[in-house]
Amino acid sequence: MLRDFTFNEVWFLILATKWTVILSLVAFVGGGIVGLVVAGLRVSRFRTLRAISIAYVRFFQSTPLLIQLFMAYYGSAFIGLRPDPWAAAALTFVLNSGAFFGDIFRGSIESIPKGQWEASTALGLRFLQTLRLVVIPQAVPLSLPPTVGFMVQIVKSTSVASLIGLNEVARTATTINTITFEPMLVFGTVAAIYFALCWPLSLLAGRLERRLTASRSRIPRGVAPLEVGLNEVPHPAAGASRL
Amino acid sequence: MQDYVFHFGPVFARWEDLAWGLWRTLELSVLSMAFGLAIGVLGAVGRSFGPRPLSLALAAYVELIRNTPLLIQLYFVFFTLPFLGLRLSSDAAAILTLSIHLGAYATEIVRAGIAAVPVGQIEAGKSLGLSSYRIIRHIVLVPAMRAVYPAMTAQFILQLLGTSIVSAIAAEELTAIANNMVMQSFRSFEIYITIAVIYFVVVQAFIVAFRLGGVWLFRWKV
Repeated sequence: MLRDFTFNEVWFLILATKWTVILSLVAFVGGGIVGLVVAGLRVSRFRTLRAISIAYVRFFQSTPLLIQLFMAYYGSAFIGLRPDPWAAAALTFVLNSGAFFGDIFRGSIESIPKGQWEASTALGLRFLQTLRLVVIPQAVPLSLPPTVGFMVQIVKSTSVASLIGLNEVARTATTINTITFEPMLVFGTVAAIYFALCWPLSLLAGRLERRLTASRSRIPRGVAPLEVGLNEVPHPAAGASRL
Repeated sequence: MQDYVFHFGPVFARWEDLAWGLWRTLELSVLSMAFGLAIGVLGAVGRSFGPRPLSLALAAYVELIRNTPLLIQLYFVFFTLPFLGLRLSSDAAAILTLSIHLGAYATEIVRAGIAAVPVGQIEAGKSLGLSSYRIIRHIVLVPAMRAVYPAMTAQFILQLLGTSIVSAIAAEELTAIANNMVMQSFRSFEIYITIAVIYFVVVQAFIVAFRLGGVWLFRWKV
Protein backbone atom coordinates (compact mmCIF):
# COMPACT_ATOMS: atom_id res chain seq x y z
CA MET A 1 0.00 0.00 0.00
CA LEU A 2 1.52 3.29 -1.12
CA ARG A 3 -1.28 5.56 0.06
CA ASP A 4 -4.44 5.40 2.12
CA PHE A 5 -7.87 5.83 0.58
CA THR A 6 -8.82 9.16 2.13
CA PHE A 7 -11.12 12.04 1.32
CA ASN A 8 -8.40 13.31 -1.05
CA GLU A 9 -8.77 10.23 -3.21
CA VAL A 10 -12.57 10.58 -3.21
CA TRP A 11 -12.13 14.21 -4.27
CA PHE A 12 -9.74 13.08 -7.01
CA LEU A 13 -12.41 10.70 -8.33
CA ILE A 14 -15.07 13.40 -8.24
CA LEU A 15 -12.79 15.73 -10.23
CA ALA A 16 -12.21 13.00 -12.82
CA THR A 17 -15.99 12.67 -13.16
CA LYS A 18 -15.84 16.00 -15.00
CA TRP A 19 -14.35 14.20 -18.03
CA THR A 20 -17.00 11.50 -17.90
CA VAL A 21 -19.68 14.21 -17.95
CA ILE A 22 -17.98 16.15 -20.77
CA LEU A 23 -17.60 13.04 -22.95
CA SER A 24 -21.23 12.10 -22.25
CA LEU A 25 -22.42 15.58 -23.28
CA VAL A 26 -20.32 15.46 -26.46
CA ALA A 27 -21.81 12.05 -27.28
CA PHE A 28 -25.33 13.24 -26.51
CA VAL A 29 -25.23 16.48 -28.54
CA GLY A 30 -23.14 15.14 -31.43
CA GLY A 31 -24.95 11.82 -31.46
CA GLY A 32 -28.31 13.61 -31.41
CA ILE A 33 -27.37 15.60 -34.54
CA VAL A 34 -26.00 12.52 -36.33
CA GLY A 35 -29.13 10.62 -35.22
CA LEU A 36 -31.41 13.23 -36.83
CA VAL A 37 -29.53 12.86 -40.13
CA VAL A 38 -29.59 9.05 -39.89
CA ALA A 39 -33.35 9.05 -39.20
CA GLY A 40 -33.95 11.58 -41.99
CA LEU A 41 -32.08 9.41 -44.50
CA ARG A 42 -33.96 6.35 -43.28
CA VAL A 43 -37.38 7.81 -44.16
CA SER A 44 -36.25 9.46 -47.41
CA ARG A 45 -37.73 8.57 -50.80
CA PHE A 46 -34.38 7.46 -52.22
CA ARG A 47 -33.43 3.84 -51.89
CA THR A 48 -29.68 4.49 -51.77
CA LEU A 49 -30.02 6.94 -48.88
CA ARG A 50 -32.18 4.49 -46.95
CA ALA A 51 -29.66 1.70 -47.57
CA ILE A 52 -26.78 3.89 -46.32
CA SER A 53 -28.71 4.69 -43.15
CA ILE A 54 -29.60 1.02 -42.54
CA ALA A 55 -25.99 -0.14 -43.08
CA TYR A 56 -24.67 2.60 -40.77
CA VAL A 57 -27.01 1.66 -37.92
CA ARG A 58 -26.41 -2.06 -38.44
CA PHE A 59 -22.63 -1.71 -38.31
CA PHE A 60 -22.66 0.27 -35.06
CA GLN A 61 -25.24 -2.00 -33.43
CA SER A 62 -23.45 -5.22 -34.43
CA THR A 63 -19.88 -4.52 -33.30
CA PRO A 64 -18.66 -3.89 -29.75
CA LEU A 65 -18.15 -0.27 -28.73
CA LEU A 66 -14.69 -1.22 -27.48
CA ILE A 67 -13.66 -2.47 -30.94
CA GLN A 68 -15.06 0.71 -32.52
CA LEU A 69 -12.93 2.71 -30.07
CA PHE A 70 -9.80 0.70 -30.92
CA MET A 71 -10.48 1.15 -34.63
CA ALA A 72 -10.80 4.92 -34.24
CA TYR A 73 -7.73 5.07 -32.01
CA TYR A 74 -5.37 2.96 -34.13
CA GLY A 75 -7.01 3.96 -37.41
CA SER A 76 -5.77 7.53 -36.97
CA ALA A 77 -2.42 6.30 -38.33
CA PHE A 78 -4.36 5.45 -41.47
CA ILE A 79 -4.98 9.15 -42.18
CA GLY A 80 -1.49 10.05 -40.94
CA LEU A 81 -2.37 11.38 -37.49
CA ARG A 82 -0.96 10.49 -34.08
CA PRO A 83 -3.41 8.43 -31.98
CA ASP A 84 -5.18 10.66 -29.48
CA PRO A 85 -7.56 9.16 -26.87
CA TRP A 86 -9.82 12.22 -26.71
CA ALA A 87 -10.28 12.58 -30.47
CA ALA A 88 -10.85 8.84 -30.88
CA ALA A 89 -13.31 8.69 -27.97
CA ALA A 90 -15.26 11.78 -29.07
CA LEU A 91 -15.50 10.52 -32.67
CA THR A 92 -16.52 6.99 -31.65
CA PHE A 93 -19.12 8.08 -29.11
CA VAL A 94 -20.70 10.62 -31.48
CA LEU A 95 -20.93 8.08 -34.33
CA ASN A 96 -22.07 5.24 -32.05
CA SER A 97 -24.76 7.27 -30.22
CA GLY A 98 -25.80 8.67 -33.60
CA ALA A 99 -26.66 5.16 -34.77
CA PHE A 100 -28.73 4.38 -31.67
CA PHE A 101 -30.44 7.80 -31.65
CA GLY A 102 -31.11 7.40 -35.36
CA ASP A 103 -32.90 4.14 -34.65
CA ILE A 104 -34.93 5.71 -31.80
CA PHE A 105 -35.93 8.73 -33.94
CA ARG A 106 -36.80 6.51 -36.91
CA GLY A 107 -39.12 4.45 -34.71
CA SER A 108 -40.92 7.59 -33.52
CA ILE A 109 -41.19 9.05 -37.04
CA GLU A 110 -42.54 5.79 -38.44
CA SER A 111 -45.23 5.58 -35.76
CA ILE A 112 -46.85 8.72 -37.22
CA PRO A 113 -49.63 7.44 -39.52
CA LYS A 114 -48.79 7.37 -43.22
CA GLY A 115 -52.03 9.22 -44.01
CA GLN A 116 -50.50 12.38 -42.54
CA TRP A 117 -47.65 12.22 -45.08
CA GLU A 118 -50.17 11.82 -47.87
CA ALA A 119 -52.30 14.65 -46.50
CA SER A 120 -49.23 16.91 -46.37
CA THR A 121 -48.35 16.05 -49.95
CA ALA A 122 -51.91 16.84 -50.93
CA LEU A 123 -51.55 20.22 -49.21
CA GLY A 124 -48.41 20.88 -51.25
CA LEU A 125 -45.80 20.48 -48.49
CA ARG A 126 -42.37 19.25 -49.52
CA PHE A 127 -40.50 16.37 -47.80
CA LEU A 128 -38.51 18.46 -45.32
CA GLN A 129 -41.49 20.75 -44.66
CA THR A 130 -43.67 17.75 -43.83
CA LEU A 131 -40.96 16.40 -41.56
CA ARG A 132 -40.43 19.73 -39.78
CA LEU A 133 -44.01 21.00 -39.52
CA VAL A 134 -46.10 17.83 -39.26
CA VAL A 135 -44.11 14.75 -38.28
CA ILE A 136 -41.37 15.92 -35.90
CA PRO A 137 -43.67 17.89 -33.54
CA GLN A 138 -45.62 14.68 -32.97
CA ALA A 139 -42.60 12.37 -32.96
CA VAL A 140 -40.66 14.29 -30.30
CA PRO A 141 -42.87 13.33 -27.32
CA LEU A 142 -42.73 9.70 -28.47
CA SER A 143 -38.94 9.67 -28.70
CA LEU A 144 -38.36 11.46 -25.39
CA PRO A 145 -38.47 8.45 -22.99
CA PRO A 146 -36.09 6.21 -25.01
CA THR A 147 -33.80 9.20 -25.65
CA VAL A 148 -33.44 9.91 -21.93
CA GLY A 149 -33.05 6.16 -21.34
CA PHE A 150 -30.23 6.03 -23.86
CA MET A 151 -28.48 8.92 -22.08
CA VAL A 152 -28.02 6.50 -19.17
CA GLN A 153 -26.39 4.03 -21.57
CA ILE A 154 -24.07 6.78 -22.84
CA VAL A 155 -22.91 7.79 -19.35
CA LYS A 156 -22.19 4.16 -18.45
CA SER A 157 -20.47 3.32 -21.72
CA THR A 158 -18.03 6.25 -21.47
CA SER A 159 -16.25 4.09 -18.87
CA VAL A 160 -15.03 1.93 -21.77
CA ALA A 161 -13.00 4.92 -23.06
CA SER A 162 -10.69 4.32 -20.08
CA LEU A 163 -9.38 1.27 -21.98
CA ILE A 164 -7.83 3.47 -24.70
CA GLY A 165 -6.27 5.65 -22.02
CA LEU A 166 -8.78 8.43 -21.53
CA ASN A 167 -8.38 9.76 -17.99
CA GLU A 168 -12.02 9.78 -16.92
CA VAL A 169 -13.39 8.43 -13.67
CA ALA A 170 -13.02 4.67 -14.40
CA ARG A 171 -9.36 5.04 -15.37
CA THR A 172 -8.65 7.26 -12.38
CA ALA A 173 -10.22 4.55 -10.23
CA THR A 174 -7.88 1.83 -11.53
CA THR A 175 -4.92 4.16 -10.91
CA ILE A 176 -6.04 4.90 -7.35
CA ASN A 177 -6.71 1.19 -6.80
CA THR A 178 -3.13 0.31 -7.74
CA ILE A 179 -1.65 2.77 -5.24
CA THR A 180 -4.10 2.33 -2.34
CA PHE A 181 -5.00 -1.36 -2.76
CA GLU A 182 -8.52 -0.75 -1.47
CA PRO A 183 -10.65 -2.12 -4.35
CA MET A 184 -13.87 -2.27 -2.38
CA LEU A 185 -13.69 1.38 -1.33
CA VAL A 186 -12.38 2.63 -4.68
CA PHE A 187 -14.79 0.81 -6.97
CA GLY A 188 -17.63 1.22 -4.47
CA THR A 189 -17.11 4.99 -4.61
CA VAL A 190 -16.93 4.98 -8.41
CA ALA A 191 -20.08 2.87 -8.61
CA ALA A 192 -21.79 5.40 -6.32
CA ILE A 193 -20.65 8.26 -8.59
CA TYR A 194 -22.03 6.57 -11.71
CA PHE A 195 -25.23 5.71 -9.85
CA ALA A 196 -25.64 9.35 -8.82
CA LEU A 197 -25.27 10.40 -12.48
CA CYS A 198 -27.50 7.69 -13.97
CA TRP A 199 -30.31 7.08 -11.50
CA PRO A 200 -31.99 10.50 -11.84
CA LEU A 201 -31.95 10.03 -15.63
CA SER A 202 -33.44 6.53 -15.28
CA LEU A 203 -36.20 7.85 -13.02
CA LEU A 204 -36.92 10.66 -15.49
CA ALA A 205 -37.09 8.19 -18.39
CA GLY A 206 -39.51 5.99 -16.43
CA ARG A 207 -41.71 8.97 -15.55
CA LEU A 208 -41.81 10.18 -19.18
CA GLU A 209 -42.67 6.65 -20.30
CA ARG A 210 -45.59 6.39 -17.87
CA ARG A 211 -46.88 9.83 -18.78
CA LEU A 212 -46.78 8.87 -22.47
CA THR A 213 -48.65 5.56 -21.99
CA ALA A 214 -51.21 7.33 -19.81
CA SER A 215 -51.85 10.04 -22.42
CA ARG A 216 -51.94 7.53 -25.27
CA SER A 217 -54.44 5.20 -23.62
CA ARG A 218 -56.81 8.14 -23.00
CA ILE A 219 -59.61 8.24 -25.54
CA PRO A 220 -58.95 11.04 -28.03
CA ARG A 221 -61.80 13.48 -28.63
CA GLY A 222 -63.93 13.15 -31.74
CA VAL A 223 -63.04 9.61 -32.79
CA ALA A 224 -65.50 7.26 -34.44
CA PRO A 225 -67.48 4.95 -32.09
CA LEU A 226 -65.71 1.84 -33.37
CA GLU A 227 -62.33 3.32 -32.53
CA VAL A 228 -63.54 4.27 -29.06
CA GLY A 229 -64.18 0.61 -28.45
CA LEU A 230 -60.67 -0.26 -29.58
CA ASN A 231 -59.13 2.42 -27.42
CA GLU A 232 -60.77 1.06 -24.31
CA VAL A 233 -58.57 -2.05 -24.53
CA PRO A 234 -55.64 -1.15 -22.27
CA HIS A 235 -52.26 -0.84 -23.91
CA PRO A 236 -50.06 -3.84 -22.96
CA ALA A 237 -47.39 -1.52 -21.62
CA ALA A 238 -49.94 0.30 -19.45
CA GLY A 239 -49.74 -2.50 -16.91
CA ALA A 240 -45.97 -2.11 -16.60
CA SER A 241 -46.24 0.43 -13.79
CA ARG A 242 -48.75 -1.60 -11.82
CA LEU A 243 -46.38 -3.64 -9.71
CA MET B 1 -4.01 8.06 -46.55
CA GLN B 2 -1.77 6.91 -49.39
CA ASP B 3 1.10 6.26 -46.95
CA TYR B 4 -0.76 3.47 -45.21
CA VAL B 5 -0.31 -0.02 -46.62
CA PHE B 6 -2.65 -2.71 -45.38
CA HIS B 7 -1.10 -5.99 -44.31
CA PHE B 8 -3.68 -8.58 -43.41
CA GLY B 9 -1.13 -11.41 -43.78
CA PRO B 10 0.07 -11.41 -40.15
CA VAL B 11 -3.57 -11.36 -38.99
CA PHE B 12 -4.72 -14.33 -41.04
CA ALA B 13 -1.53 -16.26 -40.22
CA ARG B 14 -2.90 -16.53 -36.69
CA TRP B 15 -6.38 -17.70 -37.56
CA GLU B 16 -6.11 -20.45 -34.96
CA ASP B 17 -5.83 -17.88 -32.19
CA LEU B 18 -8.77 -15.98 -33.65
CA ALA B 19 -10.86 -19.14 -33.78
CA TRP B 20 -10.01 -19.89 -30.15
CA GLY B 21 -10.95 -16.33 -29.16
CA LEU B 22 -14.23 -16.63 -31.04
CA TRP B 23 -14.98 -19.92 -29.29
CA ARG B 24 -14.31 -18.31 -25.90
CA THR B 25 -16.53 -15.33 -26.75
CA LEU B 26 -19.35 -17.68 -27.72
CA GLU B 27 -18.83 -19.66 -24.52
CA LEU B 28 -18.91 -16.54 -22.33
CA SER B 29 -21.96 -15.21 -24.17
CA VAL B 30 -24.04 -18.38 -24.13
CA LEU B 31 -23.19 -19.29 -20.51
CA SER B 32 -23.97 -15.80 -19.23
CA MET B 33 -27.18 -15.72 -21.29
CA ALA B 34 -28.30 -18.99 -19.69
CA PHE B 35 -27.39 -17.87 -16.14
CA GLY B 36 -28.76 -14.38 -16.73
CA LEU B 37 -32.06 -15.74 -18.02
CA ALA B 38 -32.36 -18.06 -15.01
CA ILE B 39 -31.67 -15.15 -12.64
CA GLY B 40 -34.14 -13.03 -14.60
CA VAL B 41 -37.03 -15.51 -14.42
CA LEU B 42 -36.51 -16.25 -10.72
CA GLY B 43 -35.90 -12.57 -9.98
CA ALA B 44 -39.03 -11.45 -11.82
CA VAL B 45 -41.22 -14.03 -10.08
CA GLY B 46 -39.79 -12.95 -6.72
CA ARG B 47 -40.19 -9.30 -7.64
CA SER B 48 -43.84 -9.76 -8.72
CA PHE B 49 -45.18 -12.34 -6.27
CA GLY B 50 -42.61 -12.54 -3.46
CA PRO B 51 -42.90 -11.01 0.02
CA ARG B 52 -42.26 -7.29 0.21
CA PRO B 53 -38.67 -7.41 1.59
CA LEU B 54 -37.63 -9.79 -1.22
CA SER B 55 -39.39 -7.67 -3.82
CA LEU B 56 -37.62 -4.52 -2.56
CA ALA B 57 -34.23 -6.25 -2.44
CA LEU B 58 -34.67 -7.39 -6.04
CA ALA B 59 -35.72 -3.88 -7.08
CA ALA B 60 -32.53 -2.52 -5.47
CA TYR B 61 -30.42 -5.16 -7.29
CA VAL B 62 -31.97 -4.21 -10.63
CA GLU B 63 -31.52 -0.45 -10.11
CA LEU B 64 -27.97 -0.81 -8.81
CA ILE B 65 -26.80 -2.93 -11.75
CA ARG B 66 -28.68 -0.99 -14.41
CA ASN B 67 -27.25 2.35 -13.29
CA THR B 68 -23.56 1.42 -13.05
CA PRO B 69 -21.20 0.43 -15.88
CA LEU B 70 -20.36 -3.21 -16.60
CA LEU B 71 -16.66 -2.33 -16.49
CA ILE B 72 -16.92 -1.08 -12.90
CA GLN B 73 -18.94 -4.17 -11.89
CA LEU B 74 -16.22 -6.30 -13.44
CA TYR B 75 -13.44 -4.47 -11.57
CA PHE B 76 -15.42 -4.68 -8.35
CA VAL B 77 -15.89 -8.46 -8.60
CA PHE B 78 -12.40 -9.18 -9.88
CA PHE B 79 -10.49 -7.06 -7.36
CA THR B 80 -12.75 -7.36 -4.31
CA LEU B 81 -13.53 -11.08 -4.09
CA PRO B 82 -9.90 -12.10 -3.33
CA PHE B 83 -10.11 -9.83 -0.28
CA LEU B 84 -13.11 -11.83 0.91
CA GLY B 85 -11.06 -15.02 0.58
CA LEU B 86 -12.59 -16.06 -2.75
CA ARG B 87 -9.92 -16.39 -5.39
CA LEU B 88 -11.44 -16.42 -8.88
CA SER B 89 -9.65 -16.76 -12.19
CA SER B 90 -10.31 -13.90 -14.59
CA ASP B 91 -12.52 -16.22 -16.66
CA ALA B 92 -14.65 -17.17 -13.65
CA ALA B 93 -14.90 -13.51 -12.57
CA ALA B 94 -15.97 -12.63 -16.11
CA ILE B 95 -18.74 -15.27 -16.19
CA LEU B 96 -19.93 -14.29 -12.71
CA THR B 97 -20.07 -10.55 -13.50
CA LEU B 98 -21.68 -11.02 -16.92
CA SER B 99 -24.39 -13.24 -15.40
CA ILE B 100 -25.14 -10.84 -12.54
CA HIS B 101 -25.20 -7.99 -15.06
CA LEU B 102 -27.58 -9.65 -17.52
CA GLY B 103 -29.65 -11.04 -14.63
CA ALA B 104 -30.68 -7.51 -13.61
CA TYR B 105 -31.79 -6.56 -17.13
CA ALA B 106 -33.56 -9.90 -17.58
CA THR B 107 -35.38 -9.46 -14.24
CA GLU B 108 -36.72 -6.10 -15.39
CA ILE B 109 -37.72 -7.43 -18.83
CA VAL B 110 -39.54 -10.51 -17.49
CA ARG B 111 -41.18 -8.40 -14.78
CA ALA B 112 -42.68 -6.13 -17.43
CA GLY B 113 -43.97 -9.24 -19.24
CA ILE B 114 -45.54 -10.57 -16.03
CA ALA B 115 -47.17 -7.21 -15.36
CA ALA B 116 -48.79 -7.32 -18.80
CA VAL B 117 -50.55 -10.64 -18.07
CA PRO B 118 -54.23 -9.80 -17.39
CA VAL B 119 -55.24 -10.33 -13.73
CA GLY B 120 -58.39 -12.15 -14.86
CA GLN B 121 -56.24 -14.86 -16.37
CA ILE B 122 -54.59 -15.56 -13.02
CA GLU B 123 -57.98 -15.50 -11.26
CA ALA B 124 -59.31 -17.99 -13.81
CA GLY B 125 -56.40 -20.28 -12.97
CA LYS B 126 -57.18 -19.98 -9.25
CA SER B 127 -60.85 -20.75 -9.78
CA LEU B 128 -59.82 -23.88 -11.70
CA GLY B 129 -57.97 -24.96 -8.55
CA LEU B 130 -54.45 -24.85 -10.03
CA SER B 131 -51.53 -24.71 -7.59
CA SER B 132 -49.57 -21.45 -7.45
CA TYR B 133 -46.61 -23.23 -9.12
CA ARG B 134 -48.81 -24.27 -12.04
CA ILE B 135 -50.38 -20.80 -12.28
CA ILE B 136 -46.97 -19.09 -12.37
CA ARG B 137 -45.46 -21.59 -14.78
CA HIS B 138 -48.29 -22.03 -17.31
CA ILE B 139 -50.54 -19.01 -16.94
CA VAL B 140 -48.06 -16.25 -16.12
CA LEU B 141 -44.59 -17.18 -17.38
CA VAL B 142 -45.44 -18.66 -20.79
CA PRO B 143 -47.39 -15.63 -22.09
CA ALA B 144 -44.95 -13.28 -20.33
CA MET B 145 -41.91 -14.88 -21.99
CA ARG B 146 -43.67 -14.82 -25.32
CA ALA B 147 -44.43 -11.11 -24.92
CA VAL B 148 -40.88 -10.19 -23.93
CA TYR B 149 -39.02 -12.52 -26.32
CA PRO B 150 -37.98 -9.70 -28.72
CA ALA B 151 -36.80 -7.45 -25.86
CA MET B 152 -34.94 -10.34 -24.23
CA THR B 153 -33.10 -11.39 -27.39
CA ALA B 154 -32.17 -7.75 -28.07
CA GLN B 155 -30.64 -7.69 -24.59
CA PHE B 156 -28.81 -10.95 -25.38
CA ILE B 157 -27.23 -9.31 -28.43
CA LEU B 158 -26.06 -6.38 -26.27
CA GLN B 159 -24.64 -8.94 -23.85
CA LEU B 160 -22.70 -10.63 -26.65
CA LEU B 161 -21.16 -7.28 -27.60
CA GLY B 162 -20.56 -6.52 -23.92
CA THR B 163 -18.37 -9.61 -23.48
CA SER B 164 -15.59 -7.66 -25.26
CA ILE B 165 -15.27 -5.57 -22.08
CA VAL B 166 -13.99 -8.52 -20.03
CA SER B 167 -10.73 -8.20 -21.96
CA ALA B 168 -10.03 -5.43 -19.42
CA ILE B 169 -9.29 -8.09 -16.77
CA ALA B 170 -7.44 -10.26 -19.30
CA ALA B 171 -10.11 -12.94 -19.49
CA GLU B 172 -9.46 -14.87 -22.68
CA GLU B 173 -11.85 -14.01 -25.50
CA LEU B 174 -11.85 -12.44 -28.95
CA THR B 175 -11.02 -8.87 -27.93
CA ALA B 176 -8.29 -9.97 -25.52
CA ILE B 177 -6.75 -12.17 -28.24
CA ALA B 178 -6.85 -9.17 -30.57
CA ASN B 179 -5.12 -6.94 -28.01
CA ASN B 180 -2.50 -9.66 -27.62
CA MET B 181 -1.91 -9.86 -31.36
CA VAL B 182 -1.56 -6.06 -31.55
CA MET B 183 1.33 -6.16 -29.09
CA GLN B 184 3.11 -8.80 -31.15
CA SER B 185 2.51 -7.68 -34.72
CA PHE B 186 1.66 -3.95 -34.54
CA ARG B 187 -0.86 -4.38 -37.38
CA SER B 188 -3.42 -2.88 -35.00
CA PHE B 189 -5.83 -1.36 -37.54
CA GLU B 190 -6.00 -4.54 -39.64
CA ILE B 191 -6.50 -6.68 -36.54
CA TYR B 192 -9.40 -4.61 -35.21
CA ILE B 193 -11.03 -4.46 -38.65
CA THR B 194 -10.88 -8.26 -38.79
CA ILE B 195 -12.27 -8.57 -35.27
CA ALA B 196 -15.09 -6.12 -36.08
CA VAL B 197 -16.03 -8.26 -39.10
CA ILE B 198 -16.05 -11.41 -36.94
CA TYR B 199 -18.30 -9.79 -34.31
CA PHE B 200 -20.57 -8.47 -37.05
CA VAL B 201 -21.03 -11.92 -38.60
CA VAL B 202 -21.59 -13.56 -35.21
CA VAL B 203 -24.22 -10.97 -34.25
CA GLN B 204 -26.08 -11.45 -37.55
CA ALA B 205 -25.99 -15.23 -36.99
CA PHE B 206 -27.42 -14.78 -33.48
CA ILE B 207 -30.17 -12.48 -34.80
CA VAL B 208 -31.22 -15.13 -37.33
CA ALA B 209 -30.97 -17.90 -34.72
CA PHE B 210 -33.13 -15.94 -32.26
CA ARG B 211 -35.74 -15.32 -34.96
CA LEU B 212 -35.87 -19.02 -35.84
CA GLY B 213 -35.86 -19.86 -32.13
CA GLY B 214 -38.88 -17.60 -31.68
CA VAL B 215 -40.73 -19.38 -34.47
CA TRP B 216 -39.90 -22.75 -32.99
CA LEU B 217 -40.71 -21.77 -29.40
CA PHE B 218 -43.89 -19.82 -29.96
CA ARG B 219 -44.94 -21.01 -33.42
CA TRP B 220 -44.72 -17.48 -34.76
CA LYS B 221 -45.23 -16.44 -38.30
CA VAL B 222 -41.88 -15.39 -39.80
